Amino acid sequence: MRFGVVVFPGSNCEQDVVHAVRVLGHDACYVWHGDTGLADYDAVVLPGGFSYGDYIRCGAVARFSPVMSEVVRYARSGRPVLGICNGFQILTEAHLLPGALLRNRGLKFICKTVTVRAEESACQWLDVAAGTVLRLPINHNEGNFICDPATLERLIDNGQVVLRYCEPDGSRRPQGSAPNGALDDIAGICNERGNVFGLMPHPERVVDPVTGDGGDGRYIFEGIVRTLEGVVG
Amino acid sequence: MARFEIYVTYKKGIFDPPGATAERALQNLGYTEVSSVKIGKYIQLEVADGTPEARVREMCDKLLANPVIEDYRIQSAEEA
Repeated sequence: MRFGVVVFPGSNCEQDVVHAVRVLGHDACYVWHGDTGLADYDAVVLPGGFSYGDYIRCGAVARFSPVMSEVVRYARSGRPVLGICNGFQILTEAHLLPGALLRNRGLKFICKTVTVRAEESACQWLDVAAGTVLRLPINHNEGNFICDPATLERLIDNGQVVLRYCEPDGSRRPQGSAPNGALDDIAGICNERGNVFGLMPHPERVVDPVTGDGGDGRYIFEGIVRTLEGVVG
Repeated sequence: MARFEIYVTYKKGIFDPPGATAERALQNLGYTEVSSVKIGKYIQLEVADGTPEARVREMCDKLLANPVIEDYRIQSAEEA
């Protein structure tokens, strides 16, 4: 399996993603934002960072990079695309995922490990039972997910809510468990088909024990590998 | 050269954390008459003479504002 990891000016997690994928025994290559060929990759990842300095809005400029029209085509043809943190913001700006990511409610940049709960979803990237609690690091200033009520209803009805922030035991507090104020505690969503997945936490940092303990990040990268192998086999 | 001024603000109902913080700070400073602060963006645009406003609106929809969360108001500099 070969992952293509897109590098925008200001991306800073691309090496972590490539490393995580290689640790899991797969191939990963960097894709420069000016490139337009994605045909060689089985899956594409938009990594975290501060593409184009987060100017205008996070992801607003990256969305118009030459590679992005290819990413849109790739995603629309049903092939797997993962957006992590800034990558998630870029996917919403590119309208591959609904909603937007606002400044954290407490105005603080948050960098810590949180617990998230896997929901019953159509996501092709996450291969764990609904209700499974994962420990993943977050590292962002704009992770406060928002969308209009009709969109939220659609996300829930279609099984597009993939991950919700939760307490360590998997429960959610009535006042919300999202450290950033995200609507309905949403940490990650997918498109209707389930091939495009965006999340604020950084799974790539908890794959190799050298960079983060627990190893829960592997469920995302191995999830898509299993899905694709299922398709091929 | 024509000039446009663009004001980008959050849509009604979208929580504006910097605005809410400024509001609390002003009240703490004794400006108890303050009931709302909204913080947005101000953009100055210089374009070729005769550029229609519709074209500027297109720029806003595409890049300068995110219609999912933001409203914008365009003013040509003559009016300003």
